[in-house]
Amino acid sequence: MLDDPKVSKILVEVRDLKMHFPIHAGVLKKRVGEVKAVDGISFDIYEGETLGLVGESGCGKSTVGRAILRLYDITEGSVKIDGIEIGHTPQSELRTMRPTMQMVFQDPQASLNPRMSVSAIIGEPLDEHTKMSKIEKRAKVMDLMDQVGLNRDFANRYPHEFSGGQRQRIGIARALALNPKFIVCDEPIAALDVSIQAQVVNLLEDLQAEHGLTYLFISHDLSMVRHIADRVAVMYLGRVVELASREQLYEAPKHPYTQALLSAVPEPDPWIEDKIERVILQGDVPSPANPPKGCNFCTRCPQVMEICKTDEPPTFEIAPGHVTACHLYSATNTESAS
Amino acid sequence: MADGAAPVLNVRDLTTVFKTRSGAVHAVNSVSFSLKPGELLGIVGESGSGKSVTMMSLIGLIPAPPAIVSGEAVEFGGLDLLTARDDELRRIRGARIGFVFQDPMTSLNPVFTIGYQIMEPLRKHMGMTKPEARARAQALLELVGIPDAERRLKDYPHQFSGGMRQRVMIAIALACDPEVLIADEPTTALDVTIQAQILELMHELRAKLGMAVIWITHDLGVIAGIADRVLVMYGGQIVEHADVRDLFKQPRHPYTRALLQTVPRVRGERAERLEVIEGQPPILHAAPSSCSFAARCPFSFERCLRENPARFEVGPGHDAACFYDFDAGGPRDVG
Repeated sequence: MLDDPKVSKILVEVRDLKMHFPIHAGVLKKRVGEVKAVDGISFDIYEGETLGLVGESGCGKSTVGRAILRLYDITEGSVKIDGIEIGHTPQSELRTMRPTMQMVFQDPQASLNPRMSVSAIIGEPLDEHTKMSKIEKRAKVMDLMDQVGLNRDFANRYPHEFSGGQRQRIGIARALALNPKFIVCDEPIAALDVSIQAQVVNLLEDLQAEHGLTYLFISHDLSMVRHIADRVAVMYLGRVVELASREQLYEAPKHPYTQALLSAVPEPDPWIEDKIERVILQGDVPSPANPPKGCNFCTRCPQVMEICKTDEPPTFEIAPGHVTACHLYSATNTESAS
Repeated sequence: MADGAAPVLNVRDLTTVFKTRSGAVHAVNSVSFSLKPGELLGIVGESGSGKSVTMMSLIGLIPAPPAIVSGEAVEFGGLDLLTARDDELRRIRGARIGFVFQDPMTSLNPVFTIGYQIMEPLRKHMGMTKPEARARAQALLELVGIPDAERRLKDYPHQFSGGMRQRVMIAIALACDPEVLIADEPTTALDVTIQAQILELMHELRAKLGMAVIWITHDLGVIAGIADRVLVMYGGQIVEHADVRDLFKQPRHPYTRALLQTVPRVRGERAERLEVIEGQPPILHAAPSSCSFAARCPFSFERCLRENPARFEVGPGHDAACFYDFDAGGPRDVG
């Protein structure tokens, strides 16, 4: 909810983040290669804003979210949260910093322990990270339940007694328990029905306004990201191909992949549907274990050039705050075009 | 539905109840609709609205017990599918009515080649010899846009990507030239760029083959792009039925209206705040005795709480199960 992100402070700074997972094969489990789930990405998230991270399945967006919270030991790169480098901090030292950074997961069924009551689930971070008395804890849990719109009377119930939307509220309350500054929301509405999605998204927006939270909102739902995000990064095969403000990205996408992705989204309006000129991409996403040479998108790009098959495109800033990694926007190309 | 040819499928008053240990679940309640030759009928609704169970019930794919499927009739090809014998149903399923399900990985058998699985219905239902079936299978793979079809017949499902697997499913469903194709959330598990490929393929196939299609989805965008006519389901009932353009232009059920307002869009105006449908979908422990949307409905009044509305005609080929009349701006003038 910022008008000018530039005046605001950078809360999360990610530089050249790489997350490669080894592939082992054979009886001796020899390392035969690696899945380059995230392959050198950089971005900033300003305090109080929502950065949307979009892409299709397997593009590495969830891995980015988990890697910057150090749920993985990252392969390379740097992650600074609130000015503190956490990219290679040992897990034991990270514990003290966990309260500032939290996560809301996609599947509220799988991320809540079925044997714990709601109050125990929401209170667990308080047990781990604070020295609150039982009474203080109880009061805090009740307060959190109020904030996320859960009925206090249900504090002793178990996750299976709640609907999907309510379960996601439990997950949000747990993430809020330690007053974090930064929350990674990993597909928080993907498992919910459309009529419930809006309830949860509005709740996330209200909580952000109230507590000045900063979100990384990971989603494959381009229309919901347009609604909630201030700036948007588009990922393809482990890399960010375009990053821009919401308006720039949705009104004037520059990268051929972003253009194709946006054009593929169906519109709930038959008249508009008739008029959309779709860029139908051919084929499938290549394997991240064996990405193509040059630009990752060169195998499917409708505007592919010779250089794309040999050289990885650098990132060009084509307008203030609007960057894209595509050879179409290199200086030589822009000159020859004009 | 008075215009044009006789319907290929006519469902009257279909009801499905599951008897479970924790009580009955009334999953489908008096659903009636018909399918015209060559049209694409979209069915939209959220999870639990009864769209899939309706389809499974009408062709006898719901295990009974625990389910009890009843109704006036499901007319297809001169038969009543509700009273048809098992062997009669078997000759229809996969032959005259084809299916495509949401998740192609679980509906394809991992231990048989794709070729075997496409040839199976051809040999069973059409009595083709192996070479005939193989030639037809190859032609089908080409039809659904799988490159290098001859070689790929020997591949197993795991060797295909999600989008390609769904193309294989479509090839199997189309193998015996069905009169009706039922597609249950066929693009839900796919990425948006792959979904666009499948929707494009569907447009081509319909133009080429001309079968009638029932397309189940929760995505209003997909419906807007592909359907001719739409049924909106909520709480196991059809709450609105209209031509696709009428539905989007003049939705006449509060649920349809709310649904259209709650989804954010990629194009056009961006709403600062999403419209919300408060509350939860109903739990269907009893047959409906009131409007199932009344508790969440901003237009509901006293009658909605004591009586389940019938489907009132609100325009040509357009009906809505609602006591509120949007044209009059007040309660509907019915008995």
